[in-house]
Amino acid sequence: MNTLPSALHSNLMALSPLILLAGSAVVVMLASAFYRHPRPVMMLTLAGLILSFASLFLFRGIGSRQVTALLVLDHYALFFIGLIVAATFVVAVLCYRYFGGSESRHEALYILLLLAALGGGVLVASSHFASFLLGLELLSISLFALIAYPRFTERPLEAGIKYLILAGFSSGLLLFGMALVYAQLGTMQFAKIGTMLTAPDQALELYGLAGLALIVTGVGFKLALVPFHMWTPDVYEGAPAPITAFIATVSKGAMLALLLRYFLMAGAHQSQPITLALSLVAVTTILVGNLLALLQDNIKRILAYSSIAQLGYLLVGFLAFDPLAIEAVAYFLTAYFVTMLGAFGVVTVLSGGFNNGSEGESHRVAERDSDRLADYAGLFWHRPWLAGVFTAMLLSLAGIPLTMGFIGKFYILTAGVEASLWIPVIVLVVGSTIGLFYYLRIIAVMCAPSSQAITEPTMRPVASPSLGESVTLAALALLLIWLGVFPAQLIDVLEGITVVDLT
Amino acid sequence: MILSALIFILVAGGLLSWMANRWHPDSAKWVALATVGIELVLTIWLWLQSASAMALPAHGGWLAETRAEWIPRFGVSFHLAMDGISLVLVVLTAFLGVVSVACSWTEIQERAGFFYFNLLWTLAGAVGVFLALDLFLFFFFWELMLVPMYFMIAIWGHEKRQYAAIKFFIFAEGSGLLMLVAILALVFAHYRSTGVLTFDYFELLNTAMSPSTELWIMLGFFIAFAVKAPIVPFHTWLPDAHTEAPTAGSVILAGVLLKTGTYGLLRFVVPLFPEAAGYFAPVAMALGATGVLYGAFLAFAQTDFKRLVAYTSVSHLGFAVLGIFAWNPWSLGGAVMQMIAHGISTGALFVIAGILQERTHTRDMRRFEGLWSVMPRLAAMGLFFAIAALGLPGMGNFVGEFLVLMGLYRASSVLASVAAVAFVASVVYALALVQKTFHGENTHGWQLHDLSSREMATLCSMAAITLWLGLYPQPVLDAAPDIANSPPAVAAAHQEGNAE
Repeated sequence: MNTLPSALHSNLMALSPLILLAGSAVVVMLASAFYRHPRPVMMLTLAGLILSFASLFLFRGIGSRQVTALLVLDHYALFFIGLIVAATFVVAVLCYRYFGGSESRHEALYILLLLAALGGGVLVASSHFASFLLGLELLSISLFALIAYPRFTERPLEAGIKYLILAGFSSGLLLFGMALVYAQLGTMQFAKIGTMLTAPDQALELYGLAGLALIVTGVGFKLALVPFHMWTPDVYEGAPAPITAFIATVSKGAMLALLLRYFLMAGAHQSQPITLALSLVAVTTILVGNLLALLQDNIKRILAYSSIAQLGYLLVGFLAFDPLAIEAVAYFLTAYFVTMLGAFGVVTVLSGGFNNGSEGESHRVAERDSDRLADYAGLFWHRPWLAGVFTAMLLSLAGIPLTMGFIGKFYILTAGVEASLWIPVIVLVVGSTIGLFYYLRIIAVMCAPSSQAITEPTMRPVASPSLGESVTLAALALLLIWLGVFPAQLIDVLEGITVVDLT
Repeated sequence: MILSALIFILVAGGLLSWMANRWHPDSAKWVALATVGIELVLTIWLWLQSASAMALPAHGGWLAETRAEWIPRFGVSFHLAMDGISLVLVVLTAFLGVVSVACSWTEIQERAGFFYFNLLWTLAGAVGVFLALDLFLFFFFWELMLVPMYFMIAIWGHEKRQYAAIKFFIFAEGSGLLMLVAILALVFAHYRSTGVLTFDYFELLNTAMSPSTELWIMLGFFIAFAVKAPIVPFHTWLPDAHTEAPTAGSVILAGVLLKTGTYGLLRFVVPLFPEAAGYFAPVAMALGATGVLYGAFLAFAQTDFKRLVAYTSVSHLGFAVLGIFAWNPWSLGGAVMQMIAHGISTGALFVIAGILQERTHTRDMRRFEGLWSVMPRLAAMGLFFAIAALGLPGMGNFVGEFLVLMGLYRASSVLASVAAVAFVASVVYALALVQKTFHGENTHGWQLHDLSSREMATLCSMAAITLWLGLYPQPVLDAAPDIANSPPAVAAAHQEGNAE
């Protein structure tokens, strides 16, 4: 029994990234209660995120660790926590000027961001239905508030309510699904479900199967896979641009990482009907996402449909269900994070932002973000660096070499071909060919002669980016190209990632 | 080392000329010219170095090689190697690079730095394609040359540039992704039979596959190359892209990018899948012959100068495809000769079209007429290259087409006689071009100044090369088809395939 304290000690050590996130949320809350000024609050937030990120490396030596039945902190979890924390860092930097800088009172935003990141972290580390739900709710509830944060404006409020209804609905489906699985198997631990199902005469009965289907549906809503994607463009368009970036990356990435872990640990991939349904979903997601994106004239909506399509590509790699699939998903998700953060980062920088502090009327309140195609006309000639970054991001989404998106797509295709998933692979090829059209359309608008852009009546005075934003965007673009040309470094990290089966 | 230098000189030169433009508006073109000049000198030096080696019948075939680890996880290496064909095509690329910088000298006034950056990066991608012997690396360069080309068409092109640029990009990228899937399928077929995950060309040669797998994978490659080459049902992007591109873009597209397609057929499709290619050859040759005739017929229905030249490319490249799939020493020599000669003569016709467009702001041949009296030097050059394009003996194209027909006759006499009809059709379009543009009365009252010395030098050097290729083709034939003359593993496998 005397090993208990040391076990507790090392458990706490292993949990430190999550504990630090939670702790910094509390510290930030207290700090903003005593000294309401956004700059120190943001600095504290960033410091908390950096600490949490650093702790990932400090305690990596501990190795994989099951901490209670609820959480497992293996390399897989650590990698995705790192990704989430880094993405949150970028979003926090992007939020500062957008929400009014030091002139407005937007401290609560940072608390919500930290909590959402914590939710994401719990999701990717969870190995139990309870922690799954906990993480999910933590993430979603913070997100309602974040989406509707500019609460005097119409569109964010609308988007927030849409997201609220959707999230409530999908949580309900998830809970019911979990209950059904529990009804058949009597356990809520992923690993135990897995071992029970590998027993010779055991398979999911109708109950369990329906439960699994409901879980996949609930997750599908969050991931915006195709029959469940209706909310995405509206929410993306309505939400403030940096928060959209957060939804597109952290929220989706954490859910996908969780789903992959669930499938591999709980043996759900052995269920034929479910994998068949998932491949069908993948195929329709790719096609519908790309086709609907063709019809849009709003950058945020195009990016929304593009992110739907990207998730479809991810599913193709996901369906391979082997170590290569994990690597492929992890690489593609990293590329997707960098790219989406960069793309929405450019939208953020170009937007005036929401400046409504408590004084309300005295500040200019932007009606909308700079998200119409017309806002981008001739961007190449009057904001060359910004347009260059945006072009790099779009080319990465399209999967063109020299960017991470190319290696990501290559990885996904490799996993797909290795598992002989010919139909999804071919659909992926067709889908990305369609996708080129709308990415090139944005690029073409940016290359249009600038004389047109100046006479454009909708042209509004564009805000100049803050130093933090410029540095962040430049870093993202450099990372995009560096890891696109020399992917071996990231691949070395990814090779260690496996979903370790700890019971 | 020298091989990576060939690529990195262009990459660095592109970045440099983009930056140079910020210091001084005129410096970009000088930097670009210096870069392609150095490239050309290097490649010619390489050729002279290796000329003696290539004349020997039994040299190994590979003149230089570089290999470095890149992504060990997938067995991907940075593997470049050069044999005769690569060498000749790289020389062609460097030469056309000089030509395209020269012909954009006054045409490109706006954002010149970015233009030369794109131009040089397209060339870098093409050189990479000609040198890469790792399938992943090959694909990397294959895609890499598309983006700058897209920008060149979309920003500096003519009236319908957006449409043409997007069409070009989607055709190329879509077929490219299909090729990526085929590459992966090949790699995993190899992995399953040997347990080695590699993208290396030499290791993937002679991969054991079932005939149907081989055919499917081969088709994936074939479609990508067929779009680029272009072979007939996949050619529709070409007239648009060539017509709308700026002069330098058209020259590079016709002279270099199309060659990457035929090069791919020559380097990858036949050697990697000898049996499937042998089985598929009749279809490919039929498509090639269709292209020869179809391109020629459509060419003389055009009224747009550049569009006409674009369709002649379809026709000429059809000969190269015929030559490759007939696969014997004559036809292969002819195919390579045709690739080079077409690059020069069509490039020159596009330069002439560009010069006309720059002065008259139109490409419509109905609005020209009687230009001979106004611009005698340009008209003489036009006549020369039109005749070269129709395949008059004594010029490069004739040698190429003649050798292809000679080799093709052994494979299929029917197709050879069909393709020979194209000689008549090409006379019609070439002479129609000269007739409509240069002959007759100057009814539109054009007052144009004739070629400047820069333009004259460009066109004269191209004319000299065309004549040299026609009168003394041996150096190119020495360099080029040694895969057929002294078969390494490649042709031997093919012949075994035929024998079985």
